[in-house]
Amino acid sequence: MPKREDIKKIMVIGSGPIVIGQAAEFDYSGSQACKALREEGYEVVLVNSNPATIMTDPGMADRTYIEPLTADVVAKIIEREVPDALLPTLGGQTALNIAVQLGEMGILDKYGVELIGAKLDAIKKAEDRELFKQCMHRIGLEVPKSDIASDVSEALAIAEEVGYPVVVRPAFTLGGTGGGIAYNREELREIAAHGLEMSMINQVLIEEGVIGWKEFELEVMRDLADNVVIICSIENFDPMGIHTGDSITVAPAQTLTDVEYQRLRDASIAIIREIGVETGGSNIQFAVHPTTDRVVAIEMNPRVSRSSALASKATGFPIAKIAAKLAVGYTLDEIPNDITKETPASFEPTIDYVVVKVPRFAFDKFPTADAILGSQMKSVGEVMAIGRTFEEALQKALRSLEIGRYGIGSDGKDKDVTKEEILNKLRHPNADRIFHIRYALQKGFSVERIYEITKIDPWFIDKIKNIVEMEKELKDSVKHCLTDRKPMVYDFAAKHSIDEVPDEIMRKAKKLGFSDVQLARIFGVREEDIRKRRKKSGITAVFKVVDTCAAEFEAKTPYYYSTYEEENDARPTDKPKVMILGGGPNRIGQGIEFDYCCCHAVFSLAEDGYETIMVNNNPETVSTDYDTSDRLYFEPITHEDVMNIYENEKPVGVIVQFGGQTPLNISRQLEGSGARILGTSVDSIDIAEDRERFAELCRKLNIPQPENGIAYSIEEAKEIAAKIGYPVLVRPSYVLGGRAMEIVYDVETLERYITEALEVSPEKPILIDKFLEDAIEVEVDALCDCEDVVIGGIMEHIEEAGVHSGDSACVLPPVSLSKDIINTIEDYTRRMAIELKVVGLINIQYAVKDNTVYVLEANPRASRTVPYISKATGLPLAKIAAKLMMGKKLKELGVKEIKPRHVAVKEAVFPFIKLPGVDPVLGPEMKSTGEVMGIDYDFGVAYYKAELAAGMRLPTNGTVFISVRKADREKILSVVRKLYELGFRIIATDGTANFLSSNGIPARIIYKVSQGRPNIVDAIINRQVDLIINTPTGKRGKTEGYMIRRAAVDYNVPYITTVSGAIAAVRGIEAIKKAKMTIKSIQEYHEEARN
Amino acid sequence: MKAALAIEDGTFVEGIGFGSEGVAEGELVFNTSMTGYVEALTDPSYAGQILMMTYPLIGNYGVCRDNFESDGVKVEGFVVKELCKKPSNWRSQLSVNELLKEYGVPGIEGIDTRMLTKKTRIYGAMKAILAVGDYDRDKMLKRAVEQPSITELDLVGRVCVKEPVRMEAKGKYEVVLVDCGIKLSIARQMVKRGINVTLVPYNYPAKEILEIDPDGVFISNGPGDPARVKPTIETIRKLAGKLPMAGICLGHQLIGLAMGAKTFKLKFGHRGANQPVKDFETGRVFISSQNHGFAVDDKTLPSDMEVTQINLNDHTVEGLRHKDYPLVCVQYHPEASPGPHDTYFFFDRFVKMLAEYR
Repeated sequence: MPKREDIKKIMVIGSGPIVIGQAAEFDYSGSQACKALREEGYEVVLVNSNPATIMTDPGMADRTYIEPLTADVVAKIIEREVPDALLPTLGGQTALNIAVQLGEMGILDKYGVELIGAKLDAIKKAEDRELFKQCMHRIGLEVPKSDIASDVSEALAIAEEVGYPVVVRPAFTLGGTGGGIAYNREELREIAAHGLEMSMINQVLIEEGVIGWKEFELEVMRDLADNVVIICSIENFDPMGIHTGDSITVAPAQTLTDVEYQRLRDASIAIIREIGVETGGSNIQFAVHPTTDRVVAIEMNPRVSRSSALASKATGFPIAKIAAKLAVGYTLDEIPNDITKETPASFEPTIDYVVVKVPRFAFDKFPTADAILGSQMKSVGEVMAIGRTFEEALQKALRSLEIGRYGIGSDGKDKDVTKEEILNKLRHPNADRIFHIRYALQKGFSVERIYEITKIDPWFIDKIKNIVEMEKELKDSVKHCLTDRKPMVYDFAAKHSIDEVPDEIMRKAKKLGFSDVQLARIFGVREEDIRKRRKKSGITAVFKVVDTCAAEFEAKTPYYYSTYEEENDARPTDKPKVMILGGGPNRIGQGIEFDYCCCHAVFSLAEDGYETIMVNNNPETVSTDYDTSDRLYFEPITHEDVMNIYENEKPVGVIVQFGGQTPLNISRQLEGSGARILGTSVDSIDIAEDRERFAELCRKLNIPQPENGIAYSIEEAKEIAAKIGYPVLVRPSYVLGGRAMEIVYDVETLERYITEALEVSPEKPILIDKFLEDAIEVEVDALCDCEDVVIGGIMEHIEEAGVHSGDSACVLPPVSLSKDIINTIEDYTRRMAIELKVVGLINIQYAVKDNTVYVLEANPRASRTVPYISKATGLPLAKIAAKLMMGKKLKELGVKEIKPRHVAVKEAVFPFIKLPGVDPVLGPEMKSTGEVMGIDYDFGVAYYKAELAAGMRLPTNGTVFISVRKADREKILSVVRKLYELGFRIIATDGTANFLSSNGIPARIIYKVSQGRPNIVDAIINRQVDLIINTPTGKRGKTEGYMIRRAAVDYNVPYITTVSGAIAAVRGIEAIKKAKMTIKSIQEYHEEARN
Repeated sequence: MKAALAIEDGTFVEGIGFGSEGVAEGELVFNTSMTGYVEALTDPSYAGQILMMTYPLIGNYGVCRDNFESDGVKVEGFVVKELCKKPSNWRSQLSVNELLKEYGVPGIEGIDTRMLTKKTRIYGAMKAILAVGDYDRDKMLKRAVEQPSITELDLVGRVCVKEPVRMEAKGKYEVVLVDCGIKLSIARQMVKRGINVTLVPYNYPAKEILEIDPDGVFISNGPGDPARVKPTIETIRKLAGKLPMAGICLGHQLIGLAMGAKTFKLKFGHRGANQPVKDFETGRVFISSQNHGFAVDDKTLPSDMEVTQINLNDHTVEGLRHKDYPLVCVQYHPEASPGPHDTYFFFDRFVKMLAEYR
């Protein structure tokens, strides 16, 4: 069937901010869909609140609305645009939920908008657990025994029926939010209560826990002619009981016979037909009993999902792109397979390698979170690796994780663990379990025993055993092995001993994915010694193609992975080429923003005629789409892996500025191995990162820095703190991203912090900075070509200094800075960029206090705020930066600074809802996973929109609860007065209430939790509070404040934890009571800003 | 154990041996299916061929004898990137290594199968020799070239039944299944549909088939060049139009030849479980399981035959129908095993034909 001509304009809804359960994969799928639809000549209207995405680039759609993803806002956009169709299956659960709401509100009917991809009844059949169960029974498929509960007592009754353990699944949530596994009545009470609260329709499913069964997923596609194909099968390494997003997964399925696999295939086809997903991709999950032929269908996502992105990257089959084309009427046989060009998309990809995905967790950022994995997803990102053996793919994935590992072990990061610790880690699924399987095997646990404990299929454990045995073989291959020595002890005798290692053993180790770093540790030599030794024997990596067809047809698309075999498929061209290093897995502190920058670098260099080579390992991203760059290498970003590619491709140079900290960390090593680093020099990067060199630079330029010092002992720390005066900001020198950073107000806390939280030693000094209390933080991104500087944007932070810049809301242009201060900031920025000889981008953070501008830090690389500025101003900073790195000048490019008339507010989005036990307060350590942008002509409205987009609907009337620490009382007074004047009822705990009353603001007293009942937490649960303003006292643990804030998170009541945030919120509330939100596309905003 | 594989283009690779010690020769072909190695190893159509799997990890789920497609391993040799030593599946009865030992078939692992697949794609299927144990490189390379090609071998007689065998379904139809090297799943699909099957050797005369008085005749799959299977072609010619008739794979090619079309050797064949077949009757695309190196040339089809299905990858013939006779045949394997079940309906169409012409 040809494409539909009766529709012209199609609306696509994105998935909003990156949160646990919905990450960059929907930027990838949304971008592909937009491209595919425009290719077909449709007009595309896109809605997404996330400015860090590629999909919200002004060139991706005809009209792009960076607006809150709520049904009422999207309804307004529909009213303005009147699209013919709405494609809701590419924006995750968010888009699907909005589509359902729009349908129920009658908006779709009112404006004649047709849902394409999946109709409302199909969405409901897949999402509503009871309807799903009925569908499965109709087609003769088994599902776990289950029933629906609308309250806790019903839940308990059902559990008696189906038997413990039970899985609690709230209806209509994403990533299993609010779900869990209950092994007994008490746990069920708690989990069911939470789940009911989280469900959009106050229903939870209580389901037979098929814990320990084998878990499989199939990615299915269907077209309007009812042709159905399976794109990929995925086997979960971690069995049922762990959310698939938190499981290590493997493609294709490894342990199913053809008979078993075909049974799942038949079931998948029957399911997609019965649910009635007309076109596009769906993900279907099955549990397979390990020793009987029982198979149960677990769930179906009637849309493109995280697993679809993985399946696309794993096979080379672009699921989202094809899904978009099917939605407008094409059939699979009418669409060519991009990779082979000659064969159609109506086939099933077959692969000749193994793909392993490993989730990336961020428990280091949330020490109080429950780190045991279950049915609710907790990981923040993922990596994928490809190999010709499972061992190779697994070890490559583990060294891609950016957790300092270079494989499963023997990489200098092994821990001494007791048998008890091993047993504990094996029994309770956790982020480190994979490493503990190795420890267990080393301590003599049998494969069978590990299987009994973990229910991980023995096939996988056996493979890990191969790695363990290889380690032993390596150690035994030299006479005097030096592994018992301390790390970093270098032995010249050892250097020669590696010549003794037989080539065959070396080659075998490389085939099992051992990195040079692991081999170096095993033999007690340096990484480069291993590299030299290997090369001498011709043991070098080759590259193979991901081609959808196991080499049956010629691949036209250069998408590669490395392995150790005979033939190299990656023949470099003779065009001038540039390598761009990506950012690796999404994690807190390094998200999709960097992928945005990498993609822009690629687009920009392609414009200038360079061949672009992308290196990355994050399957969620646009950068790892095979048609983003000319050549894609799906590889770990380590010195070894990058140099392998560099030596194969021989590019003009490599760009390390766009992938965040990941590529920057290896830039010196790459340069040492002969790679040319493009843009700002490695030395300049070092000046910015080295405290002493940076301080010298500031002195030279006469730019004030907060007073600071470095302490090598407790005594020294106390001395420095006394000298510069409390409060001080203390942090270890050896960690990045604000980890373990703390603001300390007195000497006792300083002592406690150092003794409890840190080791201090001559090798591990502590950095101490004067903390500028109540200072305004300002951040600048600028472009520089060594001669000129263009300020990309100046952003004023909403939250005060002390809150990590990535967690603070910010506004562009600044709203409270004087012209003089702005001039000073611009001047400092220009001088610093020139002095650092920046070629490309620089990000500088300032603090403004008492009319003095202090520089806090400078990062000579693309920052997290680059996409936000670009969306706010229309200035494509990353694209320009890439051109500067290739030698172009700002003058010749005609780049001008843009000062928009509108206001753009960026707000951070946090994962607290997914992490029970975590206190949702802001501090120097970054905790947010994503961001949204609110744009309008007035700061208040823009801020209100940003909060709404972040999931916080600020109330315009009702009851506000106030509880602030003593130090904040005076400061909060004006906020509360304003709220009172706006008609809000004020309630507060006794101390704050008395203070407010004595200042003329009537406040009703409510009990603290410790004072009796009903108390403030009861009021939150009973929905008697509409807004909570609570500033933390700084004490840790389960304090009064913690209970209030946690209740606010769990019961979805808007809450604010800083005074500055409260001030902004009141401005937002005031503004929205007076004015309406502007509904306007960014293309229109940019047009205005240019004129 | 040492092992090596020599190919007629001069390629010589060394790896690790498994299965039975010894030498095997034949045409080196690749199969892209990621599952189903047990079914493939026991598929008689692989007689005369050394089978190479493109999926690198083979043997993961071991061997379950229920999945056999014949009475034993039928490939001449087996080539994989990595053989699983410790299979994991509750149905597994033995490992691939043990299976190959039992049937005296050599195998090689630890080699770059993707490189060999690409060679096969570029140069076409080539003659090869596989040795497990001691070998002489030069002799192997020489023999790789000198051995007869698949078009010079009579393979069908080696793998078919010697005497008629009856498979009772207590059904209402009687069908004679001409065994050219049948995959048992074909018979199983018929029995499942209430057809009593009589398996007869490929050279069973038409007259004797008629004496059984069947409701229809079915020509099975099998190995080698269809043009060499003269007795069966003759039988088809005699019976076409007299009885409802159907065929699969080699059976399809033999029907094509009997009706006057020509067959040709594909460059490297279709072997896998992901081949898209377009059915003109329904307009639908089905994913099929395939294993063939020869095909019917559509340009040589007589006017009373029509193409019902084509392969969407290379547009070769996948299905034929006689315009006047009750005669249909398909190039792919509707019985699957291994592979997708999308085309089971072929057997339903056959049953319908039996009903109509009864």
